[in-house]
Amino acid sequence: MAEEAGKKEPRKLVPKKYPMPEQDPKERVHNFKEVPLGQDAQTIILEAKRCLQCKQAPGREICMNGCPVEIEIPRFIKAVQDGDFAQAIKILREKQNLPAVCGRVCPYEVQCEGKCIVGKKNEPVGIGRIERFLADWERNEQKHGHVETVKPTGKKVAVVGAGPAGLTVAGDMAKLGHKVSMFEALHSPGGVLVYGIPEFRLPKVIVQAEVDYIKKMGVDLKTDYVIGKLDTVDDLLKEYDAVFVATGAGLPNWTNLPGENLNGIMSANEFLTRTNLMKSYSFPDYDTPNRIGERVVTIGGGNVAMDCARTALRLGAKESVILYRRSEAELPARREEVHHAHQEGVRFELLSAPVKFNGDECGNVKSLEAIRMQLGEPDASGRRRPVKVEGSNFTLDCQTVLIAIGQSPNPLVPMTTPDLKLTKEGTIAVDSEGRTSKKGVFAGGDIASGAATVILAMGDGKRAAKAMHKYLTSDPSWPAPEVFEKVACEK
Amino acid sequence: MYEIVKAEKLNPDVTRLEIKAPHIAKRAKAGQFVMITVDEHGERVPLTMADISPAKGTVTIVAQEVGKTTRQMGKLKTGDKVFSLVGPLGLPTELHKYGTIVCIGGGIGLALMYPVVKALKEAGNTTVNIIGARNEKLLIYEDEIKSVSDEFYLCTDDGSKGHKGFVSDILKKLIADGRKIDMVYAVGPIIMMKVIANITRPYGIKTIVSVNPIMVDGTGMCGSCRIIVKGETKFGCVDGPEFDGHDVDFENLTARNKRYLAEEQISLRRFMGGN
Repeated sequence: MAEEAGKKEPRKLVPKKYPMPEQDPKERVHNFKEVPLGQDAQTIILEAKRCLQCKQAPGREICMNGCPVEIEIPRFIKAVQDGDFAQAIKILREKQNLPAVCGRVCPYEVQCEGKCIVGKKNEPVGIGRIERFLADWERNEQKHGHVETVKPTGKKVAVVGAGPAGLTVAGDMAKLGHKVSMFEALHSPGGVLVYGIPEFRLPKVIVQAEVDYIKKMGVDLKTDYVIGKLDTVDDLLKEYDAVFVATGAGLPNWTNLPGENLNGIMSANEFLTRTNLMKSYSFPDYDTPNRIGERVVTIGGGNVAMDCARTALRLGAKESVILYRRSEAELPARREEVHHAHQEGVRFELLSAPVKFNGDECGNVKSLEAIRMQLGEPDASGRRRPVKVEGSNFTLDCQTVLIAIGQSPNPLVPMTTPDLKLTKEGTIAVDSEGRTSKKGVFAGGDIASGAATVILAMGDGKRAAKAMHKYLTSDPSWPAPEVFEKVACEK
Repeated sequence: MYEIVKAEKLNPDVTRLEIKAPHIAKRAKAGQFVMITVDEHGERVPLTMADISPAKGTVTIVAQEVGKTTRQMGKLKTGDKVFSLVGPLGLPTELHKYGTIVCIGGGIGLALMYPVVKALKEAGNTTVNIIGARNEKLLIYEDEIKSVSDEFYLCTDDGSKGHKGFVSDILKKLIADGRKIDMVYAVGPIIMMKVIANITRPYGIKTIVSVNPIMVDGTGMCGSCRIIVKGETKFGCVDGPEFDGHDVDFENLTARNKRYLAEEQISLRRFMGGN
């Protein structure tokens, strides 16, 4: 421990993270290969040695307190310090079913690394990159060799949706000996990890490997299977002891401004699904096309907007513009994503909001009209509210417009499960353990919490799996309907 | 992978595929569609089911060879497998007893029209059916539709069989004759559905059309299939594929369905062995 280190040579703290090599921005805007290139074992051990091995104590928050899936971070970092990667990944996997994914897309800066004690005066320990290294090491060196088999409980669980929340529940429940069947609507498992997050942030072979690992644990996966259209949740309950619904936030939000249905204007979901799931970047080797204009304008300022703007460059846009109604400080995207977008030459038209879209005689978008904004008083979200600057309208020529202003919950399961209590936003009302108003049915991820992040969805999955296990093995009681009425009203 | 239990040509350009999918056949209803992906590099194509057999555990789709994917489907043989098949998607046809309904189909739409007419007839309606194609050779599902017709009309653009002219001519005549029509159902080329909707609009005859916009996922996730209905944006995949023909913005639908024409040509040329 640092405090006890008096007898030894005083440790010299390396103030910054060991640099992560990245593909040169000029080069990477022409390919879909991953941006960070990864680090070698030596560097990772040095990075791990920056960790002070802080202990949790009342009133003191350390890395672990910031982790939605409660990974025992100091323990696995200790193993890395000792050079024992096999032990480290084992510890990681106790709580984490998708380490290679989270090691890439987690917002560590506000989670584990945000709480890191080293980070108070220096750069925090690069926990995310250590996690990434271990997962990659395991995939390359161990070929996912260590799947421990457990005694079956005889209970059957259905998981609806093979995205981050669903995969987490499937993995956790399988680990506990329950028989798990997953149902995925698309032809490929992974949910947002395959249709949404671009290849250059999360290579799809990595997602596939994580899914394969979960399948190796005995989880049965049915793709092309749309619950709500084929079996309903009620049908599933006849065959399974419990159901976890994690169907995501699959419904794109629109601006509802004039001209939005012109050709060349699409939702971020459509643009990214064409690119990532359908691999339109390899058109015509893959059949699905994706047309890209010389100037592409992305409306929105979140991670999805950054993904769109950066993807547009890779697909050949001469200029990629982000149109966002607040200022840079309020961009909801992760800093790293904004930084990468800047590096790659994405232009930011901040404090600007669209007014309408103009088309040519063939029905293609040719420009958009926008208006400048200024920041007023803080709104309910605590961010300063953007206010129109009257008379400041301007026109931006563009051939492609991507609408990245959020998603709403996928209505398919709620529509076909009438006794599932919903919130005003259309999300499924759940209690703190992921239980829904329907006995035996749990929900988590974006369908329960609204559009959020991969790791929060996984955190939901963790909690739900714990509660589901309790429900199946020791305590079959269920909260009274009033609990969910209350949740539905409060949200 | 999903096995094709029967592949057959209905005419040189139209292929019928009966595909093993018991889980879909068990749930599917007339008017719904499936998304089919021929191989791992394929696009997801929405096709309305022409037949659903829960007993055999199969669904049947009919594809007209237009672009790369439909030509690829034309080469599939009995016993071949397709990479992905998702369904049943979209809302089924609303089955009520309307009274007398006129069902109108054109071209490839005839395959989709058959299960709908059958279901509407089973629901107790009197069915007056009008079918059309460019020429006799392109007529499909003639006998099947005839078998569920109380009254049957056939036309070809070139007069090679039946009435020489368009399906809309017959509809106009029925209206002019003062026939009582409680509902019109139209499925076929966009231009045909638009013409039909324009004919019935002044008479206030309820007119349902089945649209086929470009889709990607087919489950309401992406909005590629959005269509303007009564000034509002709807999704063809989850709100449709059937809409009130008097409310559909056909101009926008036509323009939207052309948005990848250039790329479709590239794919097709490559598939046909060009560059």
